[in-house]
Amino acid sequence: MLLTVVIFLPLLAAGVLLAAPGIPGRAAIGVWIAASAVDLALVGWMWWRFEPGEGASGIVDGLAYEADLQWIPTVDAGYHVGVDGLSLPLLALTGVLFLACAIYSLREPDRPHTYAALFLFLQTACMGTFASLDLILFFVFFDLSIVGMYFVIAGWGHGNARRSALKFFLYTFIGSLALLVGFIGLFLGSEERTFDMVALAANPPLADSPLAGGLVLLAIGLGLAVKTPLFPFHTWLPDAHTDAPAAGSAVLAGILLKLGTYGFVRIAMPILPEAWQRWAMVAVVVGVISVLWGAFVALAQTDVKRMIAYTSVNHMGYVLLGLGAAGLVASADEGARTVATVGAMYQMVSHGLLTGALFLLSGVLWSRGHSYAFDRWGGLARPAPVFAACFAVAAFGSLGLPGFSGFIAEFQVFTGALQAAPVATVIAVVGILITAGLFLLALQRLLTGDTVVPSGADPDELAEGPGPERADGTTATAVRPRTATRMKDLRSREAAAVVPLLVLAVILGLVPRVLLDVLEPAAMAVVELVGR
Amino acid sequence: MSGGGERVLALLPELLLLLGAVGGLLLGLWTPQQRQWRVRLLVTAACLASAIAAAVALPEPAERVFEGTWVVDTTTGVARIVVALGVAVLVWLASASLAGHPRETEAYVLMLLGGLGSIALAASGDLLLLVAAYLLASVPLYALAGFAKDPAGVEATMKYYLMGAFVGVLMLVGVAALVLATGTTGYPDLAAQLPDASPALLAVGILGVLAGVAFKAGAVPVHFWVPDVTAGTTPPMAAYITTIPKIGAVAAAFRLLAEPFADVPLDVPLLVAVIAAASMTLGNLAAFNQTDVLRLLAYSTVSQVGYLFMVVAVAASTDLAVPALAIYLAGYAVTNIGAFAAVAATPAARTITDWATAVGPHRWLVVSLVVCLLGLVGTPPTAVFVGKLAVFTAAWDGALAWLVVVAAVNTVASLFYYLRWVAPAFAGVPAAPSMQEGAGSGPRTAAGTAQRTRRGVPTGLLHGAAVMSLLLGLGAGWWLAFALST
Repeated sequence: MLLTVVIFLPLLAAGVLLAAPGIPGRAAIGVWIAASAVDLALVGWMWWRFEPGEGASGIVDGLAYEADLQWIPTVDAGYHVGVDGLSLPLLALTGVLFLACAIYSLREPDRPHTYAALFLFLQTACMGTFASLDLILFFVFFDLSIVGMYFVIAGWGHGNARRSALKFFLYTFIGSLALLVGFIGLFLGSEERTFDMVALAANPPLADSPLAGGLVLLAIGLGLAVKTPLFPFHTWLPDAHTDAPAAGSAVLAGILLKLGTYGFVRIAMPILPEAWQRWAMVAVVVGVISVLWGAFVALAQTDVKRMIAYTSVNHMGYVLLGLGAAGLVASADEGARTVATVGAMYQMVSHGLLTGALFLLSGVLWSRGHSYAFDRWGGLARPAPVFAACFAVAAFGSLGLPGFSGFIAEFQVFTGALQAAPVATVIAVVGILITAGLFLLALQRLLTGDTVVPSGADPDELAEGPGPERADGTTATAVRPRTATRMKDLRSREAAAVVPLLVLAVILGLVPRVLLDVLEPAAMAVVELVGR
Repeated sequence: MSGGGERVLALLPELLLLLGAVGGLLLGLWTPQQRQWRVRLLVTAACLASAIAAAVALPEPAERVFEGTWVVDTTTGVARIVVALGVAVLVWLASASLAGHPRETEAYVLMLLGGLGSIALAASGDLLLLVAAYLLASVPLYALAGFAKDPAGVEATMKYYLMGAFVGVLMLVGVAALVLATGTTGYPDLAAQLPDASPALLAVGILGVLAGVAFKAGAVPVHFWVPDVTAGTTPPMAAYITTIPKIGAVAAAFRLLAEPFADVPLDVPLLVAVIAAASMTLGNLAAFNQTDVLRLLAYSTVSQVGYLFMVVAVAASTDLAVPALAIYLAGYAVTNIGAFAAVAATPAARTITDWATAVGPHRWLVVSLVVCLLGLVGTPPTAVFVGKLAVFTAAWDGALAWLVVVAAVNTVASLFYYLRWVAPAFAGVPAAPSMQEGAGSGPRTAAGTAQRTRRGVPTGLLHGAAVMSLLLGLGAGWWLAFALST
């Protein structure tokens, strides 16, 4: 029941906002913040009461806060939700990031009611996806997250927002239909004909037909790979990110990408263990290609936001490397595979926090000068020291510096994968070097040197009202050659949104046991299930 | 089976509709022109009574009455309920443009008779009854298509009528061939004798009969009337013509595949699967560039029939087919009526841009439209999503996995043109009429005419359909448990 409240509380708040258009815009965002805060508090309570258990626990047993209602009895699909060590950290991440976005958007001038309602709707969709224990329910929430994000990009994006939104929708919708086809395959292949993940994982379908199992895994893998995104299905990502509003980008990168990787851990690996073992090397290779491709392409970007978007491809590549290594049963012992899985899960949380912060910070750039281009910004450390400090911390965290969560994650991925796939791991480590280089380069371009600020608008004037230019979204192309030397530092709401994310990343980097205690039993369960 | 008088009550839902039609006609004769809403009330009451009678009869075991010609089973029951409720709703949708019309009563009565024909199609267990039902589901619709008596409507009616008459002849040839091959018209006897019949006669017979039901359903290759009739007539009538007869026709095709054609030596399921694939693909491709909302919806209905025919193809080979049909038919009817109600809500706006301009300030209209259109795509948790899920599962279970892949690809493609309508409506169109899209290609583009939304019935129905689509999706379990309670 508590979990159901956590999932649907934001939706309820969204309904309230839509039903009462009379309340002022600021109050609407206030409702959003309040709903997100309560939701986060409830997730915190769930975490507090959660017993991770000793040894392997999760996926098929040790589920907390379960609820199971029938929905479509003819195909045995139902409202089955529950929490284990895999989903709880991601639920918490969802709560944290949405609250940060709510605070960041406190002064959203453009249709604040609908904006807040859409984000609350998205939060329900994301929470629901992570909590689902039924394939169809998972698909329902998964699809709704796409719909919500489409409207966020199309309605509040800038630049070529409509086109990017359409591209995003079409790509990820293809992915979700491939997923649906795969789910139907699982249903028809299972002995008891069910969509229930727990039952399917306990008694994996298609175990004795490698061809059908492989095809179903292909369909599911394709669907999740588009969402994750993995090379070569990542091309929607930079466009969607560049044109999305800052909060939308943060949610897109921080949460929506995790729906894909989470699907691998929750569905592909435990339910199709045999096929996953057989094709684990493909996952490793795709992961490594994504690592390198994301890093190199990010290096070549001239636009801050596109660069961050491509580093997401890079970071998700590490996740896949870890998960693929967990499937290489023959060439690594269980301990190593568990470490790789834990690393992959840790990376999901870490990437959500750090990339979320980076995207919110790039949103600050946009609000000050309507540009993400590297060559139009420079020397920001002097006029905007807080911004510079936050950006530097986020960048260092993102490149995997020890002391941040990203280090713990990547270190474990490499440690776990080294035994199973030594060559791939060594190649992937190169990715770290490139990422480090590109983040340092970005810091250098943005923060050091002479102060350069695109002076499309005077910072003071912008502070008054960044309203009208959002309406048609064409101001991005209106280049004005003048430059100024002033930039307003982070406002309190922006700092209040970004700093907690960074603090959490540091805490997870310094005291990893907080998260590991929850993750490890579930990761052990995944590895055991894959090793069947 | 005796056809005795006591089983007349098995046809109570149909009798109530007939009674409503006759009573409505008589009542209309003695009612002043401005008070014909009384007829509307009577017709609605008849529809509701019929639906209730059908619902009460649902749990009873399947039976064949009147010497096996009329089958009363789950499929018939679902068609009865959906058609009766659909007609009741559409009568009110039509009332917005028909109120005070000199021939208002006639329209309602014709709508009721067409619904009766549709139910007869769904229930026929005999080829001759199928032909009769085909005519009953066609003739009233010819009149309804041209009801406004304007040039576009008359042209639409002519196309509809000529095509209908042509396909009707094909169907008769098919029936004749099957009778020639077996000497009988009842489905059970046909099922027993067709496997041994001459293949040539069989092929002609099957093609002819399927052409008839495919025409009523608006499936490729006999779909050419759909866009012209839909765009030529008024939106409520377009909703009627693309919803009500389709239900009966798909149910009739389902029964044909499940009973007489189940064991024939020809691969009829493959033929139907190809029709399904062609319908969804051609419907989608043709919808891509439409700027007229009615034509867009017309092609969307063609593609929807493709999904419905998927389940027809596997009618004989999987237990999952009947529930899939039950949920998809209901979901399609609700969602399609909702989409057309959105058009009816803005009578002057026929292009996508006009529509977006006309609804401009009414955000809730856009929300409901989004629910209905994404419902047609099959986005969860709407009814059509559950329908698609069930249909995909059934088709795959019936060994047509390739068709599932084709359907999934088509679903993505369909998203594209639905979004072409949703996006401008959502983002809001600047008031300036000089949009490149607005350069009217539709026959009644209202460039410069006063754009306004018609408050009241159509908007109410749009919201109602959106809510219903969500409720039916979330409550799919209850609906299926109820529909399959036999």
